Amino acid sequence: MSEANTNPQILQFSKLNKAFKIGTELIEVVKDVNLTVKPGEFVSIIGPSGCGKSTLLRLVVGLERNFTGEIRLGEELITGPGVNRGMVFQEARLFPWLTVEENVAFGLGNSESKAERSQVVNEHLELVGLSNFAAAYPSQLSGGMQQRVSIARALVNRPQVLLLDEPFGALDAITRIHMQQEIIRIWQAEKTTILLVTHDIDEAIFLGDRVVVMSKRPATIKTIISVDLPRPRDRNSFDFVKLRRKIYTEFFSEVEVPFAYSI
Amino acid sequence: MIKFWGWIKENYLAIVTPVVLLLIWEAASQLGWIRANLLPGPSAIFMVLVELVKTGELIINLGISIIRVAEGFIIGAALGVLVGVQVALVKKLRVAVSLIFGVLRPIPVIAWIPVLILWLGIDEGSKVTVIAIGSFWTVLVSVVQGIRNVDIKYLEVATILEKDRLTLLTKVILPATLPALFTGVRVGIDVAWRSVVAAELIAASSGIGYMIMYARELSQIDTVLVGVLSIGLTGIVIDQLLIILEKRLLKWNVNIHEA
Ligand SMILES: Nc1ncnc2c1ncn2[C@@H]1O[C@H](COP(=O)(O)OP(=O)(O)OP(=O)(O)O)[C@@H](O)[C@H]1O
Ligand SMILES: [Mg+2]
Repeated sequence: MSEANTNPQILQFSKLNKAFKIGTELIEVVKDVNLTVKPGEFVSIIGPSGCGKSTLLRLVVGLERNFTGEIRLGEELITGPGVNRGMVFQEARLFPWLTVEENVAFGLGNSESKAERSQVVNEHLELVGLSNFAAAYPSQLSGGMQQRVSIARALVNRPQVLLLDEPFGALDAITRIHMQQEIIRIWQAEKTTILLVTHDIDEAIFLGDRVVVMSKRPATIKTIISVDLPRPRDRNSFDFVKLRRKIYTEFFSEVEVPFAYSI
Repeated sequence: MIKFWGWIKENYLAIVTPVVLLLIWEAASQLGWIRANLLPGPSAIFMVLVELVKTGELIINLGISIIRVAEGFIIGAALGVLVGVQVALVKKLRVAVSLIFGVLRPIPVIAWIPVLILWLGIDEGSKVTVIAIGSFWTVLVSVVQGIRNVDIKYLEVATILEKDRLTLLTKVILPATLPALFTGVRVGIDVAWRSVVAAELIAASSGIGYMIMYARELSQIDTVLVGVLSIGLTGIVIDQLLIILEKRLLKWNVNIHEA
């Protein structure tokens, strides 16, 4: 692998459009998305359910075809899957027939030697704090642990971009907060670019350098809000709360605010 | 030991019921309510069983049948897996064989026996082929269905990690298919075991089916009954062995540990 490959690169969306055919109807899902993500940046994406956030990530990772516009990673035009982009889905999607260790190793290509492979796998298990569970099967892990294995699997190739699709959505509040701290630690250690889709405004602010607010379907970018707060962030600090209110208003400007948002 | 008593506590009826029935049956024959030349009592049958085991007649004939099942099943199942994988993965092939398979599959294995006897004689060849045909279809169907039901979510993971077809097949598709395949194998062996007996009943010079037919010609009802019951007992032993094997091979499959 050359240096250029391992260093994070700029990720650019320009005039990105994606529509799905449902029955005979063509439904626009992503519409005119233009966004530049700096190398190593952490971008949070929030938007109403069903607006097209997952579709946007699936476009980046190369799972969706037939779109118009461009996605570029550095110089490379994205046309299909590639190991320079890693993805963690909402469900951990671990293979139940492989142990934790084998699941993580599944992320690796075939080029490395056996010793190299096991070293890289061990490093990443350590990174997500699961060294002691290398031989366990996914069914023997909690939801949060499974999601951490999934993150390790996405990271073993040292992707330039890591895409996280509501990775903590299914976890309880306490575990989620813990995982958010973990992901920051991993991000700082690995220095990858991260795109995180979430429906949790707090999570978006706590993690992101910027928060992208999407409209309801078709997903267009409504606003982008910079989070200029020092890390580690304090969820109860004045500035954090102010930002939360701002995003909340932005988020619900399309619909009537259903109830007073209390903190 | 504790496990054993726990098992007994839950399943004692499975033992008690047949024992009670055997006792009633025995009493009925002792009292002369059932004619012994039609249905001898359990004790009489047991004596014959001991006799047949001693002379080796039962074991040898059962053994011959079991070996036939093993041979035929291995051939049939191997072909079933090979063809099944291709048919499931290659759409063109699936279309090409759909009509042929559609016509051949519903044919009961027994219907092939006369054909095979004409082609291959009454020796091993025809028996093994009958079993192979029977197990081929069950395994084929389970493999095709197993593969076509592999969760697309797993396939997507392999896609974004740019896995080659071989890795995809060995690490994702086949393991995901294993539970379905195992069900197919259990049903397949069951079919194989039934068809070997059928084939031997129709024409054979050895095997458990032959032993039964031969005893019938001599009107030895007790030997006939020993043969028939030993078919059932062998069936249950094979199935239990497969369940143990499945639990070992599919340690990861939480669903089977409950059952
Ligand atoms: N393969 C597909 N075929 C047809 N329509 C699809 C497909 N995938 C997604 N869609 C449609 O695209 C829209 C956006 O889906 P997507 O999964 O991107 O939403 P989302 O923003 O991630 O929602 P959520 O927050 O609930 O996960 C939905 O209306 C869905 O019906
Ligand atoms: Mg989604």
